[in-house]
Amino acid sequence: MSNAAENLDIGEETQIRPFTMNFGPQHPAAHGVLRLVLEMEGEIVERADPHIGLLHRGTEKLIEYKTYTQAVPYFDRLDYVAPMNQEHAFALATEKLLGITPPKRAQYIRVLFCEIGRVLNHILNITTFALDVGAITPALWGFEEREKGMEFYERVCGARLHANYFRPGGVALDMPVGLTDDILQWCADLPKFIDDLDNLLTGNRIFKQRTVDIGIATAEEAQDWGFTGPMLRGSGIAWDLRKAEPYEVYNEMDFDIPVGKTGDCYARYLVRMAEMRESIKIMQQCIKKMPSGPVKVDDYKVSPPPRAEMKSSMEALIHHFKLYTEGYHVPAGETYAAVEAPKGEFGVYLVSDGSNRPYRCRIRAPGFTHLQALDFLTRGHQLADAVSVIGSLDIVFGEIDR
Amino acid sequence: MPGDAIKDLAEFIHEKLEDVSLGFEFIKSELVIRIKPEGVRKALQFLRDNRECNCHVLIDICGVDYPDREKRFEVVYQLLSLHQNHRVRVKVAVAEGEMVPSAVEIFSAAGWFEREVWDMYGVLFEGNPDLRRILTDYGFEGHPQRKDFPLTGYVELRYDEELKRVVYEPVKLAQDFRSFDYLSPWEGMTDMQLPGDEKGVKPKHGWKSTKAG
Repeated sequence: MSNAAENLDIGEETQIRPFTMNFGPQHPAAHGVLRLVLEMEGEIVERADPHIGLLHRGTEKLIEYKTYTQAVPYFDRLDYVAPMNQEHAFALATEKLLGITPPKRAQYIRVLFCEIGRVLNHILNITTFALDVGAITPALWGFEEREKGMEFYERVCGARLHANYFRPGGVALDMPVGLTDDILQWCADLPKFIDDLDNLLTGNRIFKQRTVDIGIATAEEAQDWGFTGPMLRGSGIAWDLRKAEPYEVYNEMDFDIPVGKTGDCYARYLVRMAEMRESIKIMQQCIKKMPSGPVKVDDYKVSPPPRAEMKSSMEALIHHFKLYTEGYHVPAGETYAAVEAPKGEFGVYLVSDGSNRPYRCRIRAPGFTHLQALDFLTRGHQLADAVSVIGSLDIVFGEIDR
Repeated sequence: MPGDAIKDLAEFIHEKLEDVSLGFEFIKSELVIRIKPEGVRKALQFLRDNRECNCHVLIDICGVDYPDREKRFEVVYQLLSLHQNHRVRVKVAVAEGEMVPSAVEIFSAAGWFEREVWDMYGVLFEGNPDLRRILTDYGFEGHPQRKDFPLTGYVELRYDEELKRVVYEPVKLAQDFRSFDYLSPWEGMTDMQLPGDEKGVKPKHGWKSTKAG
């Protein structure tokens, strides 16, 4: 053996010349339309330059030309993996400017569906992440569970993806009878699925080899790069907007914030797994505590009157007509509202000039900052590790490109 | 209402940054500090490193266009302190063509945000090592989020079967872009006073259901 190695003339063969490699935009591990220009030194990544914007639709510009009601569906198309969480930020910002608070029941429904969204998101991220590093089974199993969650979306608002459900002033309509029972049943079944996922991945030798010590961000680096959500918590910082700035009814919920220790891809995976279990706890408490009552504010200048009333009341009819043509006026001012979306802090900076359309609606997407750090996270790693890092960043191009 | 702690903090920051600060205010209880363009780096450095402020996370940088103002653009920085749990918004007004010092050396996260503001509004950041366009197409011209940039843009692209490549053409609209004016004499959320309004009394909390119960 040793003789053979000595005899080999490897001088010329191992001459490595740096080269540039194009990864994507059509690549299954790019999680969408990411074009990554990698400068390689052999198998080692010297510099990663993500080219984004291939899915840019000008959402922020379009919203400036729409009324507040018409702007809501654009938020479903940002992070299309967990649409309602995005709508939530816009609803909160608009409500803050209007100075209204949705009724208690609406707040509980919102929290409930935000947590369903979180589970949907984490299932998709974990399973596709596993797919990227070579495990197919989690994706096959996960999509079945995800489909069940999507069905709840469909039952409550009529659409699996484009919900348009969280409106400023409450939610579009009340939940159908029996939905809470089915969600409770799902909550009871989910831990079994998460255990299965745990068994498949957490102790899996290949999965650990691909993720442990890959793409480490220390607590300081995570803050410097503007990380939020599981990316920040994976680096050991216990920060969650649901605890730090409790919005809606999160302060009435009893749940824990899972925090990682190592800040690598594996820690981020573990944080997401633990978060799903916490989300189940929140959903169960939500359903248990949910009061009955109205689901939108009782102000017909903001939310439409009931359909039945429109048949007999002229005033209700006028309100309905004006709401769906002119929309409501939002007092001049500006605000920044943020929610703990599954991927991190999703914020909306809303500037109103007193008219019926937002003057400026800035969307702060968590994935944007996370993807920016890709260069720093992959530098010095092998090409295959870049795939692991992309998987653990949990990026969706709907929100990054906007 | 803003709490006492954040009010004290506002006073403290304003005092410490006296030479670059143009004042502070609370909008919807959120702290907003106005800074001169040349003082951006000093202010952000201070907000990050001072123990009272401790804003280690740069959440966002965005631009806003106010064409009527003398200094047309506003660059807005959102800062967050994980330790003190407070947010600070820093605003910088810049005229067209004016440079803003880049914050990349203070916050690594600033790089892409500044690229986006440059791309969308054409505000230049002095010292950003990589100020390329980020969201728009390669070779795009103009800054799409300026208020005077049309929503439909100037060029559209299609695949040309003969040339076997994507070609750019001026936008052809089958129907003119329509901007509906819905603003009508209807008492909306604003306190617009129209002739005849004085005859009616506006209910205190908006209009309620006319049905009993």
